[in-house]
Amino acid sequence: MTTISDLHLEHLTDARDAALTALEDESIHILREVVGSFERPVLLFSGGKDSIVMLRLAEKAFSPGRIPFPVMHVDTGHNFPEVIEFRDRRAAELGLDLVVASVQDAIDRGRITERPGQSRNPLQTVPLLDAITEHRFDAVLGGARRDEEKARAKERVFSIRDEFGQWDPRNQRPELWDLYNGRIAPGEHVRVFPLSNWTELDIWRYIARDGIEVPSIYYAHEREVFDRDGMVLAVTPFTPPRDGEQVRVETVRYRTVGDATCTGAVRSTARTVDEVIAETATSRLTERGATRADDRASEAAMEDRKREGYF
Amino acid sequence: MSDLLRVATAGSVDDGKSTLIGRLLHDSKNVFADQFDAVEAASKRRGLDAADLALLTDGLRAEREQGITIDVAYRYFATPRRTFVLADTPGHVQYTRNMVTGASTADVAVVLVDARHGLVEQSHRHAAVAALLGVGHVVLAVNKMDLVDFSEEVYDRIVADFDVLALELGIRSVTAIPLSALHGDNVVEPSTNLGWYAGKTLLDHLETVPVPPRGGSVGARLPVQLVIRPRSAEHPDYRAYAGRVAAGTLRVGDEVVVLPSGRRSTVVGIDTHDGPLEEAGAGRSIAVRLADDVDVSRGDLLAAAPDAPEPVRQLTGRVCVVAERQVRAGDRFRLRAGTREVRAIVGAVADRLDVTTLRRTDADALELNDIGDVTLRLAEPIAVDSYAVSRGTGSFLLVDEATGATVAAGMVEHPAAV
Repeated sequence: MTTISDLHLEHLTDARDAALTALEDESIHILREVVGSFERPVLLFSGGKDSIVMLRLAEKAFSPGRIPFPVMHVDTGHNFPEVIEFRDRRAAELGLDLVVASVQDAIDRGRITERPGQSRNPLQTVPLLDAITEHRFDAVLGGARRDEEKARAKERVFSIRDEFGQWDPRNQRPELWDLYNGRIAPGEHVRVFPLSNWTELDIWRYIARDGIEVPSIYYAHEREVFDRDGMVLAVTPFTPPRDGEQVRVETVRYRTVGDATCTGAVRSTARTVDEVIAETATSRLTERGATRADDRASEAAMEDRKREGYF
Repeated sequence: MSDLLRVATAGSVDDGKSTLIGRLLHDSKNVFADQFDAVEAASKRRGLDAADLALLTDGLRAEREQGITIDVAYRYFATPRRTFVLADTPGHVQYTRNMVTGASTADVAVVLVDARHGLVEQSHRHAAVAALLGVGHVVLAVNKMDLVDFSEEVYDRIVADFDVLALELGIRSVTAIPLSALHGDNVVEPSTNLGWYAGKTLLDHLETVPVPPRGGSVGARLPVQLVIRPRSAEHPDYRAYAGRVAAGTLRVGDEVVVLPSGRRSTVVGIDTHDGPLEEAGAGRSIAVRLADDVDVSRGDLLAAAPDAPEPVRQLTGRVCVVAERQVRAGDRFRLRAGTREVRAIVGAVADRLDVTTLRRTDADALELNDIGDVTLRLAEPIAVDSYAVSRGTGSFLLVDEATGATVAAGMVEHPAAV
């Protein structure tokens, strides 16, 4: 028997589904604009959930053809093995070329200097810009969302970068209707963000709806962890516990996946995608606030990194 | 049915706009604890007594330093009934371009009025921008009702004034709501202070107002983004035209015209990765297969045969200048409409529109934030509709050929005017 509350639920499910389809249509439109207007696009693929969804949307945008661009990972070398395994497998399944821009290589070549005890996240900018120059990429597709962080909320979908990779937030092109202006001068490139209007919850609902596989560390598992700077860090070769840091085994999952030295886990028992959605819907903390040490440095930490050419 | 509602708000801190947005997000439980803590801490550092909710939306260092909203800020929130994209824009005249940007994609505009002051210059401007950009529905939010003792007479007078303005501007659909953002009356929760008001709260209204159809009042229009031709073993002969339906509804079996060439064919398939469709409404991203082997590429428009627009080499458009440069007769640009780009020369600048009084004055040049009518001559023909009947195929950009900057946002008035 169909009850009133079943009908109510059905309506809600339809409404959510319609909203996801609207976001999907918008993202596919953006991906096609990139391929229609640029010579050498590349998609940033880290094996994280946002880039996985972006890759899925690219699959749909050019179906039944293949994705007409390579993928690139800016690799800090401080990885979770599950994520790297996933990255390589997914790129191979789709028959995509994978460019790895390595922070370690850039350090070895003296392009950048590592500061002991500091995360390698800000160091990604140089290898990213070097790879863009080397491969002559003119459009770089990133999975950043405006809901992640307040400087990102001001970012355009098509965001112009000068020769130095710099973002000038006060001199951005207004973006009207769905007309994206990607006209650039030689040496410039465009960062394109097809997921601009998605939220963390939209990403998870889409993962559920399309049955998309994500690395296992997004789901609750047992892991050796310790506390540092208010974050729950995993014991890894790059993050050995220091004196006085108590190692314990906890049931955790990751809400974001990045450099292992500055990405914290959250205590969680969500072992399925539906449980993750339920947890995300009631979370009282933003994903970056809960898990990223690098964004806590100051009110303008992200704006400053973005100005220098960060994602 | 699309349950994604795009809402534009315009205004300054003085109107209580930031407080209203903060209240909307906070009371609908869409503000995270760490965001709120950060805002409280920053407010304290600035010597404020209470959390300044404007700090939630003002994301750039310059905005926080100057205490103003400069750029469009996008906020996202969802309730069980609907998902919202909120474009929050500054209200002063020097930020008209940001208001225009926010309104260009909005289904609904919220015009905020301080109950103590009634309609002021800024309210006229916000309503005018919403009307010019063809926003389908306007919510008149009469704020700070607590400061006029929740007076029904005050509210009624403002609503009557706005009705006159809306009629002048041609805004067809208006809903007025009395509220107090500071105390939360009628934002998310109904208020006992406003017992005389029988309508919905602001959130309840935004959750239930029908999403105005994106498609305009014309037949199907599909700007072609690219041709999908896999040439793989599995799909040796597959050929489809990918794009996002800009207006109307496209159906299998429809006769379409390829523009500007004028060749005709019939839609034999509408494909998506998740399976074929019988029809696709405005906003859907699809790939279309045609019965005939016609020449179609990026920049072409597929239009329903019965009301397909005539390609033109000249048009009149209402433009808003969005960059620090002038637009004068003789200026050369690249005009971008849909997926097509053609070279354009400004024939004449007809006039400038005062966005507050809607009075027209003669003008030779338009500057940043000016809105006015211009005629354009085009190097190649394009197929467009008038903006009044189709936002998707009646909008265009003027792009600086040298710098690539977007100089003006345009709305087609008369596609074939001489």
